[in-house]
Amino acid sequence: MAGGAFATLSELRAELAARRVGAVELAQACLDRIAAQAHLNAFVSTCPERALARAEAADRRIAKEGQTALVGLPFAHKDIFCVQGLPTTCASNMLADFVAPYDATVAARMDAAGAVLVGKTNMDEFAMGSSSETGHLGSVRNPWDTGRVAGGSSGGSAAAVAAGLVPAATGTDTGGSIRQPAAFCGVSGLKPTYGRVSRYGMIAFASSLDQGGPMARTAEDLRLLLACMEGRDPRDSTSADVPPTAAEATPRPLRIGIPGEYWDALGTDMGTALDAARRGIEGLGHNLAAVSLPHTRAAVAAYYVISSAEASTNLSRYDGVRYGHRASAPKDLEDLYRRSRSEGFGDEVKRRILTGAYTLSVGYYDAYYQKAQRVRRLIRQDFLDAFASVDAILAPVTPTPAFELDAMQADPTDMYRQDAFTVPASLAGLPALSVPCGQIGGLPVGMQLIGPHFAEDRLLALGEAWQRETDWHMPHPRDSRAGPEAT
Amino acid sequence: MDSETVERLLRLSALELDEDARARLVRDLGRIVALIDEMQSVDTEGVEPLAHPLDAVQPLRPDRADPKVDRAMLQQGAPATRDGLYLVPRVVE
Repeated sequence: MAGGAFATLSELRAELAARRVGAVELAQACLDRIAAQAHLNAFVSTCPERALARAEAADRRIAKEGQTALVGLPFAHKDIFCVQGLPTTCASNMLADFVAPYDATVAARMDAAGAVLVGKTNMDEFAMGSSSETGHLGSVRNPWDTGRVAGGSSGGSAAAVAAGLVPAATGTDTGGSIRQPAAFCGVSGLKPTYGRVSRYGMIAFASSLDQGGPMARTAEDLRLLLACMEGRDPRDSTSADVPPTAAEATPRPLRIGIPGEYWDALGTDMGTALDAARRGIEGLGHNLAAVSLPHTRAAVAAYYVISSAEASTNLSRYDGVRYGHRASAPKDLEDLYRRSRSEGFGDEVKRRILTGAYTLSVGYYDAYYQKAQRVRRLIRQDFLDAFASVDAILAPVTPTPAFELDAMQADPTDMYRQDAFTVPASLAGLPALSVPCGQIGGLPVGMQLIGPHFAEDRLLALGEAWQRETDWHMPHPRDSRAGPEAT
Repeated sequence: MDSETVERLLRLSALELDEDARARLVRDLGRIVALIDEMQSVDTEGVEPLAHPLDAVQPLRPDRADPKVDRAMLQQGAPATRDGLYLVPRVVE
């Protein structure tokens, strides 16, 4: 096929503009690859009829006006974004039969830009997880090694891009859910500044942290996607009224902070990979400087208090009455609520709801919820202090490459600790980019570039320059079909 | 974390669990509380709680009914409705 499974959006744009390939052909090729690699479990659903109809419209638009914006480019939404008329499940039994009655703002904007939605990607149930193992349809497989996790919660999106099923996908990031799966699967992902992208129609997990963002092969493609996704939305009162991210980067030498608290926590292999990345960034002409983020060690604790508290509040809306799963033959209203929720939610979601109920309850609110909010301010202040002397911060994304399926199931806090390098930027509301920077034992690893609020342009420019000089974003996994099917 | 506390949390959260799941939950919530207690050693004396990462004022949109959101459409996914109303088990005898 023209373009190839691993073409970037930018390459596909050129192909479409030159009429070497059509949007229908691209969409069909994605649908075929998704079906052929169903063992990855990267998708919850596909929408072939809708995709082909939109692709035909895109081809007509290209014939008339040429290729602009995202016209004709196939992509997938994480199954947390409402798309009118399509199933939107959040990988939960609670929403297994839910069909969205309206479009998320991000979905409407992608549509208006002419992008062609081919399906919805798998994830951790209600985005609560770091491995995409908690969804009601089972685990997403990492295309680099199908015995390992794809990361989470946007694991389906990351696996889909990595395996060449789609060239781009949306994700959401509450405590690392775009950045960590991007790193585990060897793709690029951006968590924008809190408020950069509208949360309207994005099913809520933790409302002061949730942020939608793009996942793709290159930082250049992320910029293209962000331009479409971002912007003030009157339907989301937390969306920010700020100038859009620049369409092109203005490269200049930057001061890059190296936070000791992150680097000191790395094991030997990860330390070696990240040290090489650090030297590479220096080699691009940037200046490195040590910075300190002293409250980092309290970030995971504060994050799990705040995100669980917000989750327990947000998920109280699932009552078996207005939408979602309803238990059969309830004996009274209390029984209806209790059984609908108990049958609809999986174990991890229940743990988060109960943790939230604990930290918000009488006698614990000050000690936990308010305490966590105070720690949150200190963590944000650490970053603001650091950004007084540096333009961006370079950090690892994950403590290790992708771990094996089921490896973190015995103790939920083992999984929570995986988020140590991603939750601080989430608590501070900062933009952070995850790009591949090496491999350990044949598995991709990523680096994280964290910037001041609304400095996405700077992070993307760094990522673009990095990807012009290195090729860690280029390798892709071998088609893993032979593995699981042969056994 | 004890079974009495877990019982109260289940009631507050409108959830129920069988005996095995409840025992696992007592253990798991104990571990989670131990993890979140790690922040207790941070000195937060005089630090204001931060609710919104940008400390931003949230602008409100004009308070106008939006005719694009209609009841029939929203109720398509409801488990049980009649005449535009949601049906629930009888509450008042």
